[in-house]
Amino acid sequence: MSVLFELKNVVKGFVKGKEKISIFEDLNMTIEEGDFVAIMGPSGSGKTTLLNMLGGVDQPTGGEVWFDGERIDSLSEGNLAKWRANNVGFIFQFYNLMPMLNAARNVELPLLLTKLSGKQRKKNVETALTLVELADRAKHMPSEMSGGQQQRVAIARAIVSDPKLLLCDEPTGDLDRATADEILRMLQLLNQKFNKTIVMVTHDPAAAKYAKRTIHLDKGEFVEEELVA
Amino acid sequence: MKDLFLVFKNLTRKPLRLFLTMFATFVAFLIYGTLTTFEDAIDAGVELSADDRLVVVNKINFTQPLPISYVNRVEALSNITGVTHLNWFGGYYQDPQQQVITFAADPESFLTVYNELLLSDEERTAWLQNRQGLIVGEALADQYGWKVGDRIPLNSNIFSQADGSSAWEFDVVGVFTGTDEQANTAATYFHYDYFNETQTFGRDYIGFMGVRTSDPQLNEQVIKSIDDMFANTPFETETVPEKTFNKAFIEQIGNLSLILGAVVFAAFFIILVIVGNSMVLAVRERTGEIGVLKTLGFRSERIFVMVLAESLLLAIASGALGLFVTSLVVNILNSIPQLPVMVLSTDIILQAFGIMVLLGLITGIIPAVNALRLNIITALSRQ
Repeated sequence: MSVLFELKNVVKGFVKGKEKISIFEDLNMTIEEGDFVAIMGPSGSGKTTLLNMLGGVDQPTGGEVWFDGERIDSLSEGNLAKWRANNVGFIFQFYNLMPMLNAARNVELPLLLTKLSGKQRKKNVETALTLVELADRAKHMPSEMSGGQQQRVAIARAIVSDPKLLLCDEPTGDLDRATADEILRMLQLLNQKFNKTIVMVTHDPAAAKYAKRTIHLDKGEFVEEELVA
Repeated sequence: MKDLFLVFKNLTRKPLRLFLTMFATFVAFLIYGTLTTFEDAIDAGVELSADDRLVVVNKINFTQPLPISYVNRVEALSNITGVTHLNWFGGYYQDPQQQVITFAADPESFLTVYNELLLSDEERTAWLQNRQGLIVGEALADQYGWKVGDRIPLNSNIFSQADGSSAWEFDVVGVFTGTDEQANTAATYFHYDYFNETQTFGRDYIGFMGVRTSDPQLNEQVIKSIDDMFANTPFETETVPEKTFNKAFIEQIGNLSLILGAVVFAAFFIILVIVGNSMVLAVRERTGEIGVLKTLGFRSERIFVMVLAESLLLAIASGALGLFVTSLVVNILNSIPQLPVMVLSTDIILQAFGIMVLLGLITGIIPAVNALRLNIITALSRQ
């Protein structure tokens, strides 16, 4: 498997008042294509910051972030936006669907950033919704759907433009166990059948078991890595 | 789905707020449209004045008369193509509340000097031949249902006849229109001779003269000739271009432009605050969604344009509605002959459109810049 992500000597900190707070001082990490990584750790350990840096929504204060042979930490804001649109699908804890758009329109959003025709966009949306078993709910508004269904729409939105990487921030944090398992099985399917590389931040050890490996972060350092059988 | 669809969906997500904001903007443009059209109609009296026409009045003030002999003396001057004279009749129809703008005129010279009033050849001939003939403006004819062949009484609140009656009988012999749609057709004219012979005081005196010059550039010269000729007489004259006369007449009401301008400015200032505040709130509530759009790969500039488009759409939709209702209001107001003819002109529509765009840009710029600058991490953490 080829290396998809490589973090080299990454430093990340911020200033709060007069105080300098360091999150990562020398972080090194590699994620291979087709991997499914769960990142766990206590609050404030830097999980979400790491995810944001991988997704190009936050940039390190030092070091390098490489994606598929391209250095992304030095890209301009505009180029990073373009890079995200082409390569990354995001799944959030609270789904973050647009409340005024129905399921199909929500899924279509990332395709507005492509040059696909309206007809092709519609076809892709149908495929994505079928994959998450919500084709019959295409016209439903988010307020008319359960949390699990909304998260499945969010997954469809994340995969509709066929990105290599899916970044999930506590994707089951707002769901009951049974629904969470359903979502996690779906992510597993996307990883195993469609070779999507998935990085998932979670507090839930049961969720981490769906990943191929789990990284434990504490105070900005990897303290443990375990492979799931 | 296009960006415009997203803009529309964002705009309509809270119908009550949209309705209230649109209603406030609509009212502002209704006020703007109606008042500007009214001001334009008032100004039309000045704008439609002929450049080569002068008004000669008594130097004391225009309510004081001049001897009729002055007409021949002015006619004898050079660079003059026509002279006519008119008397204010102070007319009303049936009820003193129903005032009718009525002048006693010399028909032949009147139709030459005021050739913007249009009559058919038959009507013109009929008026010249009928001493009791009255020509009526189209607006007045419509108001009272007068038509050619009717015999109507008009009373004067100034003059009376020898028998003590203040009513004069007239035959409606023509209904005139104007060469311009804003021409005043809410007036009537009848024979000076009929007036002069039947009234009990002020015979052989006229109210004012209308003088047509051969070239507007000679106006100053003609003005000087007329006023010099009557200087140091019991009836000194003051001659001014018609445009100046009409403007001064309107300014007696007060500085109408300033008053109307202040009302329109106040309306728009309030709207600016209301809509601006509403837009800032609307976009602030969507901070998380803007963060999500940026996360998905929407560039900040694109979101900036979408927010600005939202405020523009709001301003233009409400403004257009305001102008549409203005056109209905103008139609209603035009059925009142006492008011000047109002026309919602292309100029006013274009100016209003310019204000709509400006309003949209001003009210949208702050939320658009906020959206442009919004950091994704900050946006997502505010949810």
